[in-house]
Amino acid sequence: MRLLIKNGTIVNNDNTQKANVLIENDKIIDIINHEDVTVDETINAEGMLIVPGLIDMHVHFRDPGYEYKDDLESGSKAAVAGGVTTCLPMANTNPLNDNRSITEAMIAKSKNIGLIDLLPIGAISKGFKGESIVEMGDMIEAGAVAFSDDGLPVTDSSVMRSALEYASSFNSFVISHSEDCCLAHRGVMNEGEISTILGLKGMPSEKEEIMVARDMLLAKLTGGHIHIAHVSSEWSLKLIALAKKEGINVTCEVAPHHFSFTDKKLLTYDTNYKMSPPLRSQRDMEAMREGLKNGLVDVIATDHAPHHSDEKFVEFEKAPFGILGLQTLVPLTLKLVEDNVISLNKMVELTSYKPAKLLKLENKGKIDKGMLADIAILDPNLEYIYDDNLNKSKSKNSPLLYEKLKGAAVYTIKNGNVVYKFPECITK
Amino acid sequence: MVYNKKDLIGLRELSKEEILYFLDSAQQFKDLNNSEIKKDKLLHGKTVINAFFENSTRTRVSFETAAKRLAADAINFSSSSSSVSKGETLVDTIKNMQSMKTDIFVLRHSASGAASFVANNIDASVVNAGDGANEHPTQALLDLFTIKEHKGTLEGLNVSIIGDILHSRVARSNIWAMNKLGMNVRIFGPATMIPKYSEVFNCKVCKTMEEAVEGSDVIIMMRIQLERQNESLVPSIREYSKFFGLNKERIKLSNKDAIIMHPGPINRGVEINSDVADSQRSVILDQVENGVAIRMAVLNILNQNRKG
Repeated sequence: MRLLIKNGTIVNNDNTQKANVLIENDKIIDIINHEDVTVDETINAEGMLIVPGLIDMHVHFRDPGYEYKDDLESGSKAAVAGGVTTCLPMANTNPLNDNRSITEAMIAKSKNIGLIDLLPIGAISKGFKGESIVEMGDMIEAGAVAFSDDGLPVTDSSVMRSALEYASSFNSFVISHSEDCCLAHRGVMNEGEISTILGLKGMPSEKEEIMVARDMLLAKLTGGHIHIAHVSSEWSLKLIALAKKEGINVTCEVAPHHFSFTDKKLLTYDTNYKMSPPLRSQRDMEAMREGLKNGLVDVIATDHAPHHSDEKFVEFEKAPFGILGLQTLVPLTLKLVEDNVISLNKMVELTSYKPAKLLKLENKGKIDKGMLADIAILDPNLEYIYDDNLNKSKSKNSPLLYEKLKGAAVYTIKNGNVVYKFPECITK
Repeated sequence: MVYNKKDLIGLRELSKEEILYFLDSAQQFKDLNNSEIKKDKLLHGKTVINAFFENSTRTRVSFETAAKRLAADAINFSSSSSSVSKGETLVDTIKNMQSMKTDIFVLRHSASGAASFVANNIDASVVNAGDGANEHPTQALLDLFTIKEHKGTLEGLNVSIIGDILHSRVARSNIWAMNKLGMNVRIFGPATMIPKYSEVFNCKVCKTMEEAVEGSDVIIMMRIQLERQNESLVPSIREYSKFFGLNKERIKLSNKDAIIMHPGPINRGVEINSDVADSQRSVILDQVENGVAIRMAVLNILNQNRKG
């Protein structure tokens, strides 16, 4: 099977070129400047951007256990509809992914669906209890790539220390859900002017920063690699910058909602803007954008967190935290490019190249000869309403649902096969 | 009609004219309440449900009295004995009661935003009778009515609101309204009970009780919720009383004709001493009386708005 993507603009982290991409089976076999080849199928990418398949290091697919929110199939469909070909699902499933049999089952089910590569993140601690670490070696052997109790912090510093030390034995890393739960316990939004106006209990940004600081210090102590999930505050980034400057092995990610929105969105008590960490101040949002621009932030990850409509259709305080993210990753990130915060090359670095490097995926993250044919073809100018026909998640908890968006993945190619095509009725 | 909305959720969104309209409308009901036959037929044939998802005595009785004096069928509902305890959602519970052809819901709920959430999802009118730490508009209206009654005016008055501002929906509604009405608001309380971002209130934050009370025309003491002690917000009731309570000595710093207010129920000897609560300056029982008139005005205006 040979596929030619012609007339498009190839965007890599370090270069941009107008050229054609020749794919045979699951590999990119050549980058060519002509069309004089025999192929089975051709995609005309005139006016489109050809980028390496996006890698989302932070998703929740709710499978096993909460399949009514999303499962591996609907999650995979949402991923490819967002140009994402590799996903790292967090371990807070039911049962938890804290042993190899769950990891194996998730990977087997995903392979059977065949839309994306699923690289599970195992729990740090057995039962998410924060007491003893999981069998990391066994789980890595089964296909887990990193470890996190995401949703909960590991409050016992000695357990976190062990996790960092032990993970490094397997050349793996630990992802920190940085939250000091005692500070502003039961907070439901950012503590700031808006929470003061609304009379809602706030979560100060220090709630995150305190734990970021601790985990930087534990990474210093152990030499282990700590990856800070969903950074939301200016001071978290300041601490990460200091740690990086000091040579501590730290990386971090920012979610699109944290570089796109502020807590002002909560003035109507819209539960679709309720997330943890919460939307913060204008200053924090600008710090996220600056961090993406100056290279301090390593990765954009969505924290795709589906919740059923019934769960969100309640009093604000009762609603669960979380927002859909996979299908709004491209438009929100392209908006950063449009706003001249980052270049298209930087966008590719943040959404594909750098995640591939962190995960040591040698054959992903670039459009180049010999690389795996995981490709997203983006139309940066396509305007559309993100509606129920487009939304592939079982859930609807996106504040952008039914809103007009600009920019989308119009083709997603996984292992050389087209696994998603944007509806023609809209593209035409 | 100056006020033409379906619901009354809070005073933050209201204009000065709308707030004054409620106050002016309440006067006729105060007069009615002081007459021999305290009854009018303005809401005859209408159903008002007091949907209280949080405990309350005076607010519920006040609303019930108001509805009945306007000849509405007033029905009381409390969540402790309801289907909410069986897992039904708030909106489903209210929608079921709306199906019984309810015209107005008086909603009390522990969650901020609950009143607007319900109002946005039903056709019946909603009066917010207190939602979390957000707003308690009828309490603020009755406070303003009482102040105007005693002072003859509102603009330019110095008002001190003292106590747990952070968790107080009464303080919020009062502050939003008083700012619009040209009143000078000061707030004071333990630092743990003053929001860190209190500049949004656009009022002076005092450092001491003396600073808060000095030159005041109106002192509104907020009830301290005794359960807050568990949150390490105050070390003890004794200490709270000593540094943040109102007593006769401190009142001497206020203007001679200053009035003392409290939304109740009062904790005697804690936020307010009995010699103050029961003094000539105290208008606490006037507030309770005026509460009925204000609530009659609110129910009547919303009912008129329903007629379109």
